[in-house]
Amino acid sequence: MVGLANGVAAQTNDAAPFGPPVMDDHVFYHLMLNQLEGRFGMTSSFRWSGEAWLGTDEHRLWLRSEGRLADSRVDDGQHELLYARPISPYLNAMVGGRYDGDSAPGRGWGAIGIEGLAPLFFHVAATAYVSGDGHLAAKLEGSYDLLLTQKLVLQPQVEMNFYTKDDPARDVGSGLADIDAGLRLRYEITRKVAPYVGVTYAGKVGGTAGFARASGHATDEVRFTLGLRTWF
Amino acid sequence: MITRRRFVEGLAAGGVGARILSSSASAMPVLAGPVVDLTIGALPVNIAGRPRIATAVNGSLPGPTLRFREGDTVTVKVRNTLSESTSIHWHGLYLSNAMDGVPGLTFRGIAPGETFTYRFPIKQAGTYWYHSHSGMQEQTGLSGPLILEPRGREPYTYQRDYVVMLTDWTDEEPMSIVANLKQQSDYYNLHRRTLGAFAGDAKRAGLSATVDDRMMWGRMRMSPTDIQDVSGATYTFLMNGQPPAANWTALFAPGESVRLRFINGSSMTTFDIRIPGLELRIVAADGSDVEPVVVEEFRIGVAETYDVIVRPRSGAYTLFAQAQDRTGYARGTLAVQPGMTAAVPPLDPPPLRTMADMGMSHEGRGSMGNMPSMDHAGMGPMGGSMAGMDHAAMGHATPAKEIPTSNADGVDPRSLSGKPNVDNVAMMPKDRLGEPGTGLDGNGRRVLTYRDLRSIAPHAPTVPQRAIEFHLTGNMERWVWGFNGMKFSEAQAVRVRLGERIRFVLINDTMMEHPIHLHGYLFELENGQGDRLPLKHTVNVKPGERLGLVFTADQPGHWAFHCHLLHHMEMGMFRTVLVS
Repeated sequence: MVGLANGVAAQTNDAAPFGPPVMDDHVFYHLMLNQLEGRFGMTSSFRWSGEAWLGTDEHRLWLRSEGRLADSRVDDGQHELLYARPISPYLNAMVGGRYDGDSAPGRGWGAIGIEGLAPLFFHVAATAYVSGDGHLAAKLEGSYDLLLTQKLVLQPQVEMNFYTKDDPARDVGSGLADIDAGLRLRYEITRKVAPYVGVTYAGKVGGTAGFARASGHATDEVRFTLGLRTWF
Repeated sequence: MITRRRFVEGLAAGGVGARILSSSASAMPVLAGPVVDLTIGALPVNIAGRPRIATAVNGSLPGPTLRFREGDTVTVKVRNTLSESTSIHWHGLYLSNAMDGVPGLTFRGIAPGETFTYRFPIKQAGTYWYHSHSGMQEQTGLSGPLILEPRGREPYTYQRDYVVMLTDWTDEEPMSIVANLKQQSDYYNLHRRTLGAFAGDAKRAGLSATVDDRMMWGRMRMSPTDIQDVSGATYTFLMNGQPPAANWTALFAPGESVRLRFINGSSMTTFDIRIPGLELRIVAADGSDVEPVVVEEFRIGVAETYDVIVRPRSGAYTLFAQAQDRTGYARGTLAVQPGMTAAVPPLDPPPLRTMADMGMSHEGRGSMGNMPSMDHAGMGPMGGSMAGMDHAAMGHATPAKEIPTSNADGVDPRSLSGKPNVDNVAMMPKDRLGEPGTGLDGNGRRVLTYRDLRSIAPHAPTVPQRAIEFHLTGNMERWVWGFNGMKFSEAQAVRVRLGERIRFVLINDTMMEHPIHLHGYLFELENGQGDRLPLKHTVNVKPGERLGLVFTADQPGHWAFHCHLLHHMEMGMFRTVLVS
């Protein structure tokens, strides 16, 4: 996507008496839909996970959203608005808020985290959350792109959510609550359009698994997955 | 849908207008001075299979060849019919600052509908070029050859004289290219390392050596396949505005000497040029005459020019200019009659970067994992204040005497490591002027190096009064570029006293070549040639390289100093050198 506008490059020093000669404060934006997928098996669901950012190299506003639609219910809906800035060559610090918005009662959280590229090219994100009533939570995410060919990419991916306290209204128990993982094989028709097939796993752990069992839901789902990864 | 082949080779019958379409050299429009009128405007073109709008000069792409005479005072009226501001910069010319044509530094630019009159004396001779310095108009076509005819006799003879201007055309919006790179820095890399490459390497070099190699690069989060940021994935490479399929052709009669004036007017592409079957006699670099060097191949960085004399015998020869990353080529033909062709060589295998490109010694290989945290003090004699000594070691005539050295931005180079905009600091930068460069080293052909260039005219070597050090820095993953870890918008002007004899020390911390250009001056490249240092306006600095260039700051004003990879420049690899 072409950026929106030039940032305010008020070069008031001697370097450019007639205004900035280059566009190094340009504002860019992108929208990445990493997972838009159907998960098929005994029960089927639709999952999305995506992010968008807008800003310069130094200051960016991020929007992250993920969730799952099954039986006309949305669960695991997490939506975050974060301000990010670089703190090292490969990591960005983020601060902002998260709202758990889905078919269950909503929850608001303050968020702080890092995201970026770890050694050996692992994409990682770690975010800690605190709610108004003193709950703490954390989310860890990681993925890796293994290039089978220039266009065929195998991507292992995992996400884990942790909570310090039970939240029965949202069927969440304390400790490690859930793991969502996938092994996806995508074909990049272009860099920006890549359909994929894969196997995904959604598992609930500990108290969260107990809540699931009590309400008659599965605690482990391994599903055949078809989806599209795309960005703009 | 455009097939890859059509896209790479372009359209045989496409192009710009009837004038340039015809496959003969004489069709290149030429305007001779001293008074020239130029009109800059939008031009519908179809070069790679899709209708697009180019930015053209007098309706031609590249712009018309301007021929001025040394000693004349020329007047160039530039009318802007675009809906945006424009400018023309005279690349490599000595002129007064107000005529340099850099919006922001020397004037406001030429507003839509406005006419700007450039007027300046021609103080030099040789092959140069002109281009827009506004936005990304260079990428959309606004450039052209500039030939300055000498008053005196040239030290070489020839019967034919052709301009060979190389450009990279894309159907994408230039800013979309940058946006793509900001999100995915290997977006245009067609040669990323795959599982198949791993298997091949393991078979050849052994599994554990291959795993070690991948771990080493992986720990650094760098890819040895980063050769050029933008590639044949989007570019169609043009020779005098013609894609390879259109086969631009220059004619000769057997026995004639032919002067080829190569100009790399690309935005982002380094080319390696050869003419299979012919020796290339290099007679000038960046417009200035050099003692002839005979080679089979030479590299031309963005914005450089080389004058080459060849003596074809008969038949046809292919002018082959492959992109450094081997994702495509520009091509033309030298022939005794139109319509002839010669074999087009295959592209060389795509090169890989090495530890030397990281500014590491080979011994450093085992300790790569520690690199980012390694103490810069370990640089020892490579530290800035020892620049004088370093150059003496290169065989340069400068005495081994320390001269005051300061960082251009007042940055302590030891503080660079770990900054978000710096993904590498060359621990052991070295003199690489004698190396052909990534993709050319050890290819079995005689390839020009910067060390080979000897000015034809001696100039008394004068010790610079002081040195200013620039670290060329960037972060490939974030796709940010600058000097000393700072972008233009974060930096102040670099101040130089009028009349000061000054050395710029360039240290390339990044893993890519950067063609660094200083406006308003020809500098002496300290390549060890004593009193015959070649004069250049642009130097393609290799990764992990440290080099010096010297000039006397005798023209006041705001002079642009920047990487000539257009998108690096626009993203901040740019400084103002304020001479006052």
